[in-house]
Amino acid sequence: MLGKGLCGAVITAVALGGCGVQTPQPSGIDDPYESSNRSIHAFNKGFDEVVFKAPPGKPRSIDNRFTRSVSNVGSNLGLPGKVVNSVLQGRPEPAVKNTFRFLLNSTIGIAGIFDPAGAAFGLPAEYTDFGETLAVWGVHEGSYVELPFYGPSTTRDAIGTAVDIVMNPVGSVFRGSDAVGATTAQVAGKAADRKIYGDAVESILYDSADSYAQARLLYLQNRRYHLAGQENNDADAWDPYSDPDN
Amino acid sequence: MQMPGTLIPIPTTEPRAGRRAFMASALAGAVLLAMPKGAFAALDNAQASALITQAVNDVNAAIASGRTGPALYSQFEAIFNKYADVPTIARSALGPAARQATPAQMSAFTTAFRGYLSRKYGQRFREFKGAKFEVQGSRQVKTFYEVASVAHLPGQQPFQVQWQVSDRSGKNLFFNIIVEGVNMLASERTEIGAMLDQQRGNIDGLIAVLNKAS
Repeated sequence: MLGKGLCGAVITAVALGGCGVQTPQPSGIDDPYESSNRSIHAFNKGFDEVVFKAPPGKPRSIDNRFTRSVSNVGSNLGLPGKVVNSVLQGRPEPAVKNTFRFLLNSTIGIAGIFDPAGAAFGLPAEYTDFGETLAVWGVHEGSYVELPFYGPSTTRDAIGTAVDIVMNPVGSVFRGSDAVGATTAQVAGKAADRKIYGDAVESILYDSADSYAQARLLYLQNRRYHLAGQENNDADAWDPYSDPDN
Repeated sequence: MQMPGTLIPIPTTEPRAGRRAFMASALAGAVLLAMPKGAFAALDNAQASALITQAVNDVNAAIASGRTGPALYSQFEAIFNKYADVPTIARSALGPAARQATPAQMSAFTTAFRGYLSRKYGQRFREFKGAKFEVQGSRQVKTFYEVASVAHLPGQQPFQVQWQVSDRSGKNLFFNIIVEGVNMLASERTEIGAMLDQQRGNIDGLIAVLNKAS
């Protein structure tokens, strides 16, 4: 069903992108769906305003033991999926690190509530996802899209997000109410992250003159940086002294 | 600032050789040796690193001072004035519209922009409470230098902050900060551009909005 359709989509994406040769980092903004993206952005912002936005005068970031614990449990459950992605990318080191992190935090860290792996063993979470796997396989970034609830993405990363949801190893280990519990914990973890990073998120959403354009720019820059493992190449570096108005 | 989950360790950039002072010093020879230290303005990796180390120490001290609100913002404004090339950042943020602005408008815009930057980044730097910045080294990019630093935050993966430094204003100053790939110049150009659009391209309107913006 859904899984099969996605496999098809992945194969198509890989075929379209061409495998093997790493393409240079894209620069600039390709946003042909801007008007529908803006509608989704307005929806996401409205949702955020109702569910998450800090009341006036209250701190935007809530970073305490409770939010950290909820966030830790959620991100701990996300680790097996990251291990799979690292393996698919041919990167054994983050796969091994995240495996040990998962084992330590699930046991000594009591189902991931605490983070002894990061605090005492020098094993912070190594971030990755299927969008990155596609990038490693040579799939191009595609166009910018904003997804309902998930926010900024690209056509490649949107497929990646969908695949990550379907292939989540946690989902195939747990059954029935346990599976619902595991999914709930992961969603709660995302909600906790939203509150922990409240200052950053709300300054973009509510203080920007054009929150859509600002979120798009920040996402693309940060994502490209993450995928390239470095700043975009020096030839693209911006020199305001040689061309101040451009 | 940092987007949750996207923080990854980045290999440290390697300092590249490239001393523009070489030709000049070869020609000037002994005359230069007699000159007091600092009289030679040309920038190199060591000077760029030293500038950012100083700036970072001042930022750390401002955060540690425990000041909040306007008192903290004025401290940040002082840091921006001392270490950043605000007129160049302001002009770049305004983009092509700068060509139509009168000198009086440019001056009023730069002043308004300076206050706006201090308030905005003063607020954002609260997120760096308890952070330790560590300068790692510098390398030449085109006509300027890029200083790499790492910010260590308690309970979080360290993340990269790059500072681009130039002497083209006549002084060694930074003109851009890049946090995990997110570029301040590009972000401010988007922001100021959107504000200008809302004012239908009216620069005086933009200046008024900027004076109130946080």
